[in-house]
Amino acid sequence: MGSLRWRALLAAFVIFLALIHVLPSIPSVRNSSLGALLPSDEIGLGLDLKGGIHLTLGVDLDAALGNAVTSIGQDLRLEAREKKIPVLRPRLLDSRRLEFTLLKQEQRTELDALLAARFGSMEIISTDNGGNGQLRYVLGVTPEYVKYLQDLTMDQALKTIRNRIDQFGVAEPDIRKQQGNRIIVQLPGLDDPKRAINIIGRTAHLEFKLVDDGADVQAAVAGTVPAESELAYLQDKRGASEVKTPIVLKSEVVLTGEYITDANVQFDSYGQAYVGMNFNARGARIFEEVTGANIKKRLAIVLDGTVHSAPVIQDRIGGGRASITGQFTTEEAHDLAVVLRAGSLPAPVNILEERSVGPSLGQESIDKGIMAASIGGLLVVVFMSIYYRRAGLIAAFEIILDICLILAGLAAFGATLTLPGIAGIILTLGMAVDANVLIYERIREELRRGESVAAAINNGFNRATQTIIDSNVTTIIAAVILYQFGTGPVRGFAVTLTLGILASMFTAIFVSRIFFDSWLARRQPGTQPSI
Amino acid sequence: MSFEIIKRDTNIDFVGMRKYAYVLSAVLLLAGFLSLLVKGGPQYGIDFAGGFNVQVKFSQSVELDKIRMALDSPALTGLVVQDFGDAGDHEILLRASFSEQTANQVREAVNTGLESAFPGVTHEIQRLEMVGPKVGADLREKALEAIFYAVLLIATYISGRFEQKWMVAGLMAAGLASVVYVLDFLNAPTSLSVIVATVAALVLCVVLRLKYALGAIVALIHDVMIPLGLFSLLNKDVDLTIIAALLTIVGYSLNDTIIIYDRIRENIRAKVSPSLDVVINKSVNQTMSRTLITAGTTFVAVFSLYVFGGGVIHDFALTMLVGVVAGTYSSVFVGAPILAFFKPRIDVDEHPAPATA
Repeated sequence: MGSLRWRALLAAFVIFLALIHVLPSIPSVRNSSLGALLPSDEIGLGLDLKGGIHLTLGVDLDAALGNAVTSIGQDLRLEAREKKIPVLRPRLLDSRRLEFTLLKQEQRTELDALLAARFGSMEIISTDNGGNGQLRYVLGVTPEYVKYLQDLTMDQALKTIRNRIDQFGVAEPDIRKQQGNRIIVQLPGLDDPKRAINIIGRTAHLEFKLVDDGADVQAAVAGTVPAESELAYLQDKRGASEVKTPIVLKSEVVLTGEYITDANVQFDSYGQAYVGMNFNARGARIFEEVTGANIKKRLAIVLDGTVHSAPVIQDRIGGGRASITGQFTTEEAHDLAVVLRAGSLPAPVNILEERSVGPSLGQESIDKGIMAASIGGLLVVVFMSIYYRRAGLIAAFEIILDICLILAGLAAFGATLTLPGIAGIILTLGMAVDANVLIYERIREELRRGESVAAAINNGFNRATQTIIDSNVTTIIAAVILYQFGTGPVRGFAVTLTLGILASMFTAIFVSRIFFDSWLARRQPGTQPSI
Repeated sequence: MSFEIIKRDTNIDFVGMRKYAYVLSAVLLLAGFLSLLVKGGPQYGIDFAGGFNVQVKFSQSVELDKIRMALDSPALTGLVVQDFGDAGDHEILLRASFSEQTANQVREAVNTGLESAFPGVTHEIQRLEMVGPKVGADLREKALEAIFYAVLLIATYISGRFEQKWMVAGLMAAGLASVVYVLDFLNAPTSLSVIVATVAALVLCVVLRLKYALGAIVALIHDVMIPLGLFSLLNKDVDLTIIAALLTIVGYSLNDTIIIYDRIRENIRAKVSPSLDVVINKSVNQTMSRTLITAGTTFVAVFSLYVFGGGVIHDFALTMLVGVVAGTYSSVFVGAPILAFFKPRIDVDEHPAPATA
């Protein structure tokens, strides 16, 4: 009976391991002196149970690419001019192609040499005669550069979003890159989803542009905007309503938000909140030059394409400080300061999917799940004990053990428990007894056939084991596929279902056998098993 | 004395009843299929169709019609308002279609609309879900792929395990995979690919004479189509959790089927009778009490989930309930008798004992 003792020890060890992983998840145990001795892994709850926000964000990679190609065009024009190669109007055809005109055809080799030496990220797609000795070039971004830029944009976007969330102050955020252009953000326990989304989703692209006071605003609204200028709208709040006033700006960006070192909420003498910004040394120098050269002109502060204010420059501004005013509430000013500090997103970010669950619903789901599990479990346990008597009690004990093992598995592997996950546990309650039922029915059959008690138990276990494994493989296949293709809550279900099947196989085949064998070893000759 | 649900000498002629069973299945499947056909496919929930779900809890009960009027807003296009969860909870579920509005606009529209229409009643948005059309299309694709791979892997596993035809099973898997590859190449919609792949799987099973796999796949289609048809008849949404429930049913039903198949294989080896019909009947009867007990305990557990689990999990539990019944029925009345589809007699050398057993 040596093997029996070893099996019992092994089972006890597994139960012990399960207990030390499950106990820390019970608050009263965790906070007791026993809690200090146990491992610290708790069962993580999914957002559907804990409350919180799940966001799927799509980064507009084409926009990022377009921006990059536009600035390549500007650089190209400047560098060519330095080399005395006049180049006209670099223009974006789409986010990957750039068109421009070389004025003197005979400079072609010089230009090609410049392109090869300095603009390796672009390749010449076509050149054709533009008349008057001009040559029209179309450049395309190389696939390597596209890949590089997309990776860079994704990394930057991820970093910026992480920064913003850290600054906003959310406990245990989960931010990760997904395939393609997607980023998943999970913010547990947040009670104001609206504000969080405003902070995460805002591009926060800050630009300073001079106002084109000479332009005719009415004509611009009608569609004729002067060259090198653009139409924008000045957003202003009058009481509750927002007013948008058209304004014409010079297209050239004199300064951007990338030079900001700090931003914070400040209050003017009327108690109105505004956002104060500090620039770094380079930004401060540019700002001083721009303001010095444009005294009495208006400088527009453009955030994500909307003009927030366009004050008249009274004097040269040194010291690298600027402010954004505009009837902000304190909360809005705070959130704007957060995004300016954290930096702008390299490209617009769209919210593709949003799921928010309030904390009260999460708790309700937990309570209802526990209720359903308790009642379902109780009914199954009572039925098994009546139908299979002592053997049924073993099965009942094993159902409870299965639940412990599932929970321990969740805690040990750091998996999260979701509402469908609870459903998986409840389902396991019903399905877990299947393995016991198979074994018990087989033993009954063998007994009926007139086998001796020992042989019946032995055959029952051996023959049923093969069937149990065969039949559970299909459910495990289904669960693995669900895990592969599913999203958060469904994955939680796949995990508990798999753990439940494995646990029930272990308890029904291995643990039950220990009970039966020890009963066999102690039994008076002639007694029948209680099954 | 033990309790016994099924008397030990029970011998019901399941194979003999198969014609009635086929008629019953055909009627059920047809009803669901017609409903699906008339309504142009399953009614997708927001996970697959895109849109908004808003679950709102009120401090007291509020009439749905008044809510509908209160929420007549451009941010809530295609609004559907329905009761949700238990009656005492005063909860409703709103559904709106997606038309470029943001979740914050929807939240705003719901809050202002309800506040002005019901001044004395407080409400709380407990859950707000927005799925954009892109994510919806992706999830739909993924769900169909999941079902496809489940069928493929399970069919392969069953053919390999039960008939020792791993080679043929692999051949079938390769055949199916290439059918899907071609369809993918031709840019066929995924739903069409799945239908074609399923038909191809059936044809391959017949051609390659994989009778266990054929039975399993037929039972599987049966068990997935019945809840889907029922959902269509009840105008319920098919969402991600429903797909999870369907795949679980697939696992559960095959579990049942395989246990009966195991017994059939064992009885064939034991040369119980030269007639396959007799062997099938005997096997189904022998496993009947296990089939009923497991179905019973599973049903009880899922029923408890259905009654006490709350609104969010309600449809999932309903799918499982229907699936457990359909799965048990199909294992006994469809999956097992279909083995007799090819020929009623057993060849002596058809089932050599595997080397491992």
